[in-house]
Amino acid sequence: MSSLLEMSGICKSFDGFQAINNLSLNIGEPELRAVIGPNGAGKTTFMDIITGKTKPDTGTILFGDENRSLIGMSESQIAMLGIGRKFQKPTVFEAQTVRENLAMALENPRGPFSVLFYKKSDQGTARLMEIAQETNLTDHLPRLAGELSHGQKQWLEIGMLLAQSPRLLLVDEPAAGMTAHEREHTTNILKKAAETRAVIVVEHDMEFVRRLNCKVTVLHEGSVLAEGSLDHVTKNQTVIDVYLGRTDVRD
Amino acid sequence: MPKAHPIPRKSFISRNPSVLYFLAALGLFTAIVALLSEATGAGLISTSFVKTLGKTLCLCLIAIAMDVVWGYCGILSLGHFAFFGIGGYAIGMWLMYARTEIIVVNSLSGQIIPPTPNEISDAIGNQIFGVVGSSEFPLLWTFADNLYIQLALVLIVPGVLALIFGWLAFRSRVTGVYLSILTQAMTLALSLYLFQNDSGLRGNNGLSGLQNIPGFADSGQDAVSIVFFLASALALGFGYLLFAWITDSKLGSIIQAIREDESRARFLGYHVESYKLFVFTITAIVAGIAGALYYPQAGIINPAEIAPIASIYLAVWVAIGGRGRLYGAVIGAALVSLFSSWFTGGGAPNINLGFYEIQWVDWWLVLLGLTFVLVTLFAPNGIGGLFDKLVRKS
Repeated sequence: MSSLLEMSGICKSFDGFQAINNLSLNIGEPELRAVIGPNGAGKTTFMDIITGKTKPDTGTILFGDENRSLIGMSESQIAMLGIGRKFQKPTVFEAQTVRENLAMALENPRGPFSVLFYKKSDQGTARLMEIAQETNLTDHLPRLAGELSHGQKQWLEIGMLLAQSPRLLLVDEPAAGMTAHEREHTTNILKKAAETRAVIVVEHDMEFVRRLNCKVTVLHEGSVLAEGSLDHVTKNQTVIDVYLGRTDVRD
Repeated sequence: MPKAHPIPRKSFISRNPSVLYFLAALGLFTAIVALLSEATGAGLISTSFVKTLGKTLCLCLIAIAMDVVWGYCGILSLGHFAFFGIGGYAIGMWLMYARTEIIVVNSLSGQIIPPTPNEISDAIGNQIFGVVGSSEFPLLWTFADNLYIQLALVLIVPGVLALIFGWLAFRSRVTGVYLSILTQAMTLALSLYLFQNDSGLRGNNGLSGLQNIPGFADSGQDAVSIVFFLASALALGFGYLLFAWITDSKLGSIIQAIREDESRARFLGYHVESYKLFVFTITAIVAGIAGALYYPQAGIINPAEIAPIASIYLAVWVAIGGRGRLYGAVIGAALVSLFSSWFTGGGAPNINLGFYEIQWVDWWLVLLGLTFVLVTLFAPNGIGGLFDKLVRKS
């Protein structure tokens, strides 16, 4: 397992509030990693910083075999390097069909002119069908994304991420609002995706994290509090004090 | 048209049957108007009405451009009439120069000593700029004697202005209402500049006599009007095809994605600013072409034409017609502008209520405003949206 993403010494404050405080984290390839932490622990800012939405005040982020620095790159450049992101609220393009949503995400040149003259290829169609299959959406391809159920929208968004063929997938609360059955399927999709790439899942639901059965990083006040297997971190006294002891967390 | 595509996929037309219907309707309409016009001797449609219809076609052309930039890409530009006006000015300069040159050369030709080129140039300058107390040709008029360069400027100036403005605005991530205000500021600034007498474009007098096409003085307005009418119909047809093709392509899908959720499109790896810039610029160029066809039919262009309100009307047409569908924009622009000239041109009979007489010249704007409110409330997808519902039912 080689290192894909190396974050070290990341700090970010908003108007005096220290959202991320000297955060260091390594992700290998392939790897499935769960990031947990109480509200305000900096989980979303952590994702924003990797994907280029937020610029850190200090620190370095290196990505890939050539150790390219992500700091200063635009969101679309980082996405093209191979980092995909799924938002907490399912954000799919509701006015367009499932097929169009997936087609937009497929790995293809992203410039306006190559897109304008883009012709569908059999290869692309095959890949699209494969992803639709994986995410249980084959029968829904011609439907408008806005008509899908909440769980299906989450899958579509994960499918769009897979279509980008990223090396690192950032997934924010994928199981939120899903039925037990849907959660199980989501777990399978993520586990399968993590066989060939790095996947970071940010999640509140401990039961879901347990199912993922992977290394867990606990964030607290913008830095890493504990790291290891779920059993290991849940035995950690500090973790129990700041996170698990809280009444707003299940399990 | 290439037949027998190796992979069995739906053709552009079968995916977009409305394109075929629209082009057929446009062709039929154009043929009927041309046959009934004074140019053929039938004379059932007056020359001035042919001009009104021709101008309406140009407004439809800028309306579909507006629909692409706003309805599809979600950029509420309230400045596209600036590009329309620039197109008009660019062609107007040549029209005015070339016609004045013919008149001046004719009037000086009676002299015993033939006039020098300098004398001719001075006389033309006097004729054109006398009204703003000048006779010097401003720098802007450097190429006014060359039709081809001015035609190129019809495309280049709106394109370059849109490119610079869009680049500055989009890269600073100005969006939504702030962008709309910026575009209003752009068109206002341009119109205020042109109002100045030393702007080089005759201040508030604008350019006039544009209906007289140099070299066709003998052809009469009935023939000239039908030529411009046909040219406008052709431009609208090609413009419609171009935008239908763009919005049907994968790029159309991306720009609608940008409309829905810009940052999501960014995380998919699309450089949103380039897409917006492309759409903003290409629609500005089409707006310029529409203006270049419109003003020779209107006969006059002045800075009031590109006042901020003009671009707002454009948005109203597209909203009434129905955003996100090209025929909606055509329906909106055609209906509203034709009704507008009917009501304000004294076509609609005033209504006498006994105690008060509703004069449409004053009340038309109230009616338009009311229509806009009603459409927004009850048919958010505009007339085009109602039309879609009917088609789906049958």
